[in-house]
Amino acid sequence: MLLKTAQAGTLESSDCLVVVSPADSHSLEYSGQNAAIFKRRTERIVAEIAKRCAPQGAAVQVQDRGALEATLRARVETAFERASKQEQQMSMRGGQ
Amino acid sequence: MMMRTGRRPCRSMLYMPGNNPGMMQHVPAFGADSVLLDLEDAVAEREKDAARRLVAHFVREVDFGSVVVTVRVNGADTPWFERDLEEVVPSGLAAVRIPKCHSPEDVKRADAVIGRIERERDMPEGGVRIHAMLETAHGIERAFEIARASERVEALTLGGQDLTADMGVQKTRDGVELFYARGRVVMAAKAAGLAAFDTVWTDIEDTEGLKNEARLAAQMGFTGKAAIHPSQIDAIHEAWRPDPRELRRAVRVVGAAERAEREGRGVISVDGRMVDAPIVVRAFALIQLGRLYGMDVITESDVIAESKEAGL
Repeated sequence: MLLKTAQAGTLESSDCLVVVSPADSHSLEYSGQNAAIFKRRTERIVAEIAKRCAPQGAAVQVQDRGALEATLRARVETAFERASKQEQQMSMRGGQ
Repeated sequence: MMMRTGRRPCRSMLYMPGNNPGMMQHVPAFGADSVLLDLEDAVAEREKDAARRLVAHFVREVDFGSVVVTVRVNGADTPWFERDLEEVVPSGLAAVRIPKCHSPEDVKRADAVIGRIERERDMPEGGVRIHAMLETAHGIERAFEIARASERVEALTLGGQDLTADMGVQKTRDGVELFYARGRVVMAAKAAGLAAFDTVWTDIEDTEGLKNEARLAAQMGFTGKAAIHPSQIDAIHEAWRPDPRELRRAVRVVGAAERAEREGRGVISVDGRMVDAPIVVRAFALIQLGRLYGMDVITESDVIAESKEAGL
C-alpha cells in the first residue's frame, strides 16, 4: 500500500526520474525525447510493477532520459518501495 | 593465479558507481577484464536502496560480454550489508567484494548469508565467490586466515586508501608505506591458492605513476589491479603483459625441457645457461599468461602436435 509520494532516479542521460503517488486508480504520465518510441515498453513495465506493488492504484510519472529497460525497472520498483515505507522505517534501516 | 570464475584474464578491475546507469551500460566498451559495480563508497546513504536494485537488474538483464562482473557491497558493520547480498547474489554475478574484512569472522558471516540465499533461491551452493578486501592493519595481519575462512574466497584485495588512513600515514607516489601490506596480501593469497588484486591509483592525470605502481604490483605477484577510470585500463594491461623477449626465451626453455624429457636427459641448457626445474615451471607459467592475455605463443610441442594432426 502506498503511503506517500516518492521518487527514484535522476534526469541524467541514460537514466529516468520516476515519481509515484497514492491514487484510487492507475495512471501513467510518460515524457522524454524518445517517448513515442518507448511508450509501449514503459506502459507494460509500469503496469506490471504497479499491479504487484500497489494493486489499489498509483499515479506514476516517468521522465525518460534514454533509460535501458533494466534501469526503468529498477527506478520504478525503487520509487514504489519508497512510497510504501513509513519515515520511521526509513531512518531505522539506514536511510533506505 | 587463475580465477575460478573461468579462464579469463583479470588484470584490470574497473570500479563503476552502482547508481550510475549511464556509465554502467558502457562497461563492455571500456575494455576492462572485470568490472566492480560499487554499492559502497560511490553511493550516498540515501541512494543505497536505489543502487542495489539498479545493480541487481543490470547484472541480471544487461549483457556485459566477456567482462567478469563483481559487486562491492557495503561492509558487514553497516545496516545495508545483508540487503545488498539479498539483492545482488541471485542476479548471477561472479563474485562479491566484501570491504573492510578485519578477521575471518567477517568472511564467515558473508559466506553464511550468501549460502542461505543460494539455498532459498535453489542456486548452486558455493557458486558466488567472495573477494575479501583488506584495508585495515588488523585485516592485513590476518590475511592468510581470512583467505582460508571460506571455500568461497577467490581473491584477496588490498584497499590502500583506507589502510593508509588506518595506519596514520600518507599515501605517497612511490607507495613505500604499502610495500609490506602488498607483500603480505600477495603471499597470503599465493599460500591459499587465491588471486590477489592491488589497490587503486587515484591520480587519473598521473599515468606514469600508475604505470610504475602497476608494474610493481605485477612483479610482486598480484593478479591484477583496480582502476577508477577507463583511461587507466591500458596502462594496467601493459604492466601485466609478458615481455616478448622473455616470452620467446620461455618458449625455448619449455621446448628444451620437453626435448630432454623425450630423450631421457636430466640436464638442459638454453642460450648457454643451465636450466633447472623452477626455471621450466616459471617459463611454462609465463607462456600460459601470454596465451591468457591473447598473445600468439607457439611452442615446440604445438608444432609437433600440429604435424601429427596433419599426418606429417
